[in-house]
Amino acid sequence: MAIMSFIFAFFFFSSLQPILSLYEDQVGLMDWHQQYIGKVKQAVFHTHKTGRKRVVASTEQNIIATLDLRSGEIFWRHVLGPNDVVDGIDIALGKYVITLSSGGSILRAWNLPDGQMVWESSLHGPKHSKSLLLTTNLIIEKDNSLIVFSNGRLNAVSCIDGEVLWKKDFEEESLEVQQVIQPPGSDFIYVVGFAASSQFETYKINAKNGELLKHESTAFSGRFSGEVSLVSSETVAALDSTGSILLTISFHNGKISSQQTPVSNLLEDSPGLAVIIHSSVTGIFAIKTDAATIFIRVIGEGKLEVVEKTNHETVVSDALSISEGQQAFALVQHAGSNIHLTVKPAHDWDSNLLKESIKMDQQRGFVHKVFINNYIRTDRSHGFRALIVMEDHSLLLLQQGAIVWSREDGLASIIDVTTSELPVEKAGVSVAKVELNLFEWLKGHVLKLKGTLMLATPEDIAAIQYMRLKSSEKSKMTRDHNGFRKLLIALTRAGKLFALHTGDGRIVWSHLLQSLHKSESCRQPIGLNLHQWQVPHHHALDENPSVLVVGRCGPSSDALGVLSLVDSYTGKEFSSLRLVHSVAQVIPLPYTDSTEQRLHLLIDADKHAHLYPKTPEAIDIFQSEFSNVYWYSVDDDNGIIKGYALKTKCSGNVADEFCFDSRELWSIVLPSESEKIITTATRKLNEAVHTQAKLIADQDVMYKYISSNLLFVATVAPKASGEIGSVTPEESWLVVYLIDTVTGRVLHRMTHHGSQGPVQAVLSENWVVYHYFNLRAHRYEMSVIEIYDQSRADNKDVWKLVVGNHNLTSPVSSYSRAEVITKSQSYFFTHSLKAIAVTLTVKGITSKQLLIGTIGDQVLALDKRFLDPRRSVNPTQAEREEGIIPLTDSLPIIPQSYITHSLRVEGLQSIITVAAKLESTTLVFAHGLDLFFTHYAPSRTYDSLTEDFSYALLLITIVALVAAIFVTWILSQRKELQDRWR
Amino acid sequence: MEKGKGVLGAGRRWAVDFSDNSTAPSSRDIPDPPGFTRASVDQDDSAVSRQKKDAEANWKAQKAWEVAQAPFKNLLMMGFMMWMAGSTVHLFSIGITFSALWQPISALQGVGKVFEPYKDNKVELLGPKLLFIALNLGGLALGVWKLNTLGLLPTHASDWVSSLSPAQEVEYSGGGIPL
Repeated sequence: MAIMSFIFAFFFFSSLQPILSLYEDQVGLMDWHQQYIGKVKQAVFHTHKTGRKRVVASTEQNIIATLDLRSGEIFWRHVLGPNDVVDGIDIALGKYVITLSSGGSILRAWNLPDGQMVWESSLHGPKHSKSLLLTTNLIIEKDNSLIVFSNGRLNAVSCIDGEVLWKKDFEEESLEVQQVIQPPGSDFIYVVGFAASSQFETYKINAKNGELLKHESTAFSGRFSGEVSLVSSETVAALDSTGSILLTISFHNGKISSQQTPVSNLLEDSPGLAVIIHSSVTGIFAIKTDAATIFIRVIGEGKLEVVEKTNHETVVSDALSISEGQQAFALVQHAGSNIHLTVKPAHDWDSNLLKESIKMDQQRGFVHKVFINNYIRTDRSHGFRALIVMEDHSLLLLQQGAIVWSREDGLASIIDVTTSELPVEKAGVSVAKVELNLFEWLKGHVLKLKGTLMLATPEDIAAIQYMRLKSSEKSKMTRDHNGFRKLLIALTRAGKLFALHTGDGRIVWSHLLQSLHKSESCRQPIGLNLHQWQVPHHHALDENPSVLVVGRCGPSSDALGVLSLVDSYTGKEFSSLRLVHSVAQVIPLPYTDSTEQRLHLLIDADKHAHLYPKTPEAIDIFQSEFSNVYWYSVDDDNGIIKGYALKTKCSGNVADEFCFDSRELWSIVLPSESEKIITTATRKLNEAVHTQAKLIADQDVMYKYISSNLLFVATVAPKASGEIGSVTPEESWLVVYLIDTVTGRVLHRMTHHGSQGPVQAVLSENWVVYHYFNLRAHRYEMSVIEIYDQSRADNKDVWKLVVGNHNLTSPVSSYSRAEVITKSQSYFFTHSLKAIAVTLTVKGITSKQLLIGTIGDQVLALDKRFLDPRRSVNPTQAEREEGIIPLTDSLPIIPQSYITHSLRVEGLQSIITVAAKLESTTLVFAHGLDLFFTHYAPSRTYDSLTEDFSYALLLITIVALVAAIFVTWILSQRKELQDRWR
Repeated sequence: MEKGKGVLGAGRRWAVDFSDNSTAPSSRDIPDPPGFTRASVDQDDSAVSRQKKDAEANWKAQKAWEVAQAPFKNLLMMGFMMWMAGSTVHLFSIGITFSALWQPISALQGVGKVFEPYKDNKVELLGPKLLFIALNLGGLALGVWKLNTLGLLPTHASDWVSSLSPAQEVEYSGGGIPL
């Protein structure tokens, strides 16, 4: 009997071991992954050959990617590092993608079909300069070659293996090379540039061996401004630095002849400062003034003629040669909600090869770039397709007057994310588009049952899998019981707000914010962050939730702020405010008004606090809590942390009852010669903590020091703020502080000698975990600090606790100066980190796990129990029972606990955790260039049945059991009767 | 029975009456043999039965004491089992502990029943009963003690504060590195 129960107990407990990995067929059930490439900078089409037509693009996020021209899907994609900016791309030999990057010092060739790197060569030169990539069909020593100008050196590089065939330095200090031109069919190259901003220089170079054939230069009375535009292979157009005189310079056969034309001669009204637009259309160039874009044709020897003046936002593409000697280019203009795409031949402005009008979503803004490509129609005429990049960074392919596909690449640059609940499902109003009927439901369950009983055929299994993945349940537009369905609201760098459904990641709505749109009063608007403005749940359920978008007009900290309030159900911007003050900080207060609008305090650069919303009710609520509201600022440049309280109304110009002066309460000045602030961390506002007590072995209690006013600050030696390895361990240290931000009290200070940043930290409950590099051990380390309230520790009398005669739950003030003790421990960790977060559950009961964004762009879950300062090499029996893991010097990385499983979130920036309504589950959203979302249960889903639980099987079992009971009852009755008759 | 009677009534050949008429001399026709006294037999009989009763009472009292002491063995046994079970919470130790708690309780509930067979107005049952109760209470105490060693009794501060929500804070502070 005892043995039996032991065996039973063994199986029971062994089945409780958490298994955190997921099965192959569970991929895609809870998670979704979206890949983006970012704002396209340059695109090259590859449509000549038979096979899949594709377009190669380089983006501002330093990505090179090839997309399927039919669907816009990514064939392959390479993310170059943040410092490896792509300068130019091209296709060589019809099979290699050539990229020039890192300021022209790295030239790479990638295999077009599969994206494998074929060769890489590094090009160095005498000085820093503009980088130009020119693919030619020149054959030097039997190799097709590329001409690259970078770092003051002209290189001819073999296409086959990347070998430098010849090089020619242009060492003259002041020379700024503007263009490298190879006239078609010739075997020489022109290098055109300015010297000392006023000399025009041309070099004619033999393309076969790099020999200098001719050098001409001519002086110009004024100064040149930047760009030149190529008008023909031997003529360029330039502007002088005042932007008022146009120059056309031709250098036929090395002879330089120039013509000066004042811009005012061409245009009647004074255009103001003009800039030349880079284009490569023969015979035509464009200049842009404040009001208009002007297209100018060059006729004969330096004669100029204005062909068109467009007042709209107009974008012009590069020239495309469509047949022998014929070039075409595209123009895109806006007209109301339509855009007009016009393709014109280069030689004849007035005729159009194509003119299309396409209805365009207003939420995409203006067209920023256009790339064209041609194809031969069945009637042998030319057809054109255009790839356009919009203001919101989206990418669209236009063909035959329609949008073939679009990509929302704005989502590759998310600034901030918040969440919003979905509408409540009301009786009679079904928001779900596809409700399953009973038959379908039954069919599905029968299929599932077959799967459970292992009777399913492979087709059935595929059907089951499809059903699970496409379950309409998860993508409904209403709230669910478990709180899994939410809206993720993301603000992108382009100033567009997206709402993504957590069920399947689709875009519910998107809105290009008017307040973050360029205008006269706001030249360079940037979005800063997002806050939940109104979260109705109790008494304002009729209201829609809304989010607050905070922005600023310009990059400097004293630029005026802009606010806009967006309805999170519809995406309508129902209020937008241009502030009269700057925005240095946004502090959401823990108070809401009667309509559940959260009070926010905006601190401006002059340290005035402004209360929003500006309603009398808000001010009443705020007045009652006035003396308890503090704020602090961390000046990381000067190493000063200051705390402020609010004083009375703003002294000064206008009587504004929503504006308050600040009074400095405390400051912590870190010695600038030895410490530099690199990281701060605070607790999440919405984090729920279940209990203040931590039970330790032998029924003992430690009281956590739980305060939302805790600030973690990490500083390093100023010398050591550079890259890892730039200093010796002796001159490098890392100091961490835990500071109470109400009183400025330093609760804990610790120095890690011989350690260096970058530091990633996360603060939750009463602990902080941070990651840094240990120079002595040559390894990354993670440390944990736990902070406990010692002044509560003497609450040990059971009887007092039983009758509730204790002060453990009475409100505490930071001024009561609780006596704290800290415990800390450090461990080695293999990875370097990009981001760190912690799981968040609705009540905070579930044990915590750290979510680590590794350098490989994956998200790894690490149990917090591994980072417990009470770990020791030989824990006692009681400690083992408590769940303390024996101390090891490094943290284990369990391959199954990668929550991104086989996927990568390229360019991972941050990990956001949101609590679901189900206590066991946290929703994880990781974003970078890619987006990844999943549900994660740190201690498994102990409070719900798993998704693959077979209700049908349960039902059938119950029915069968009931039937069996009846049958046996009847049988036994009959038997009894027979027995009696015997 | 009816049948027999019917037969007897119809044609009885002979019958022996086994009924003992010895105690009723008046109804007898035949005088007692000489030297036989009926009274002495009667007296003797009652003495024997009294003796018997005494013996039985003794025996009952003895038995009652035995029954009262029985839990002691049980107690020792339980103690041994508990020692075997160890102080960690698992199925076995919990089973043992709960049986150790349940046994005395059920025994205490049935105190009357246990001593019912030994109920006699001559037998003093209070002593055994008290012993029985005391021993069972001892067993119960042992069970409770075991429960406590397993940590299943709320006798520590930790049991009362484990779900105490954090104290509310008076002050609120926000901020950080300027945007």
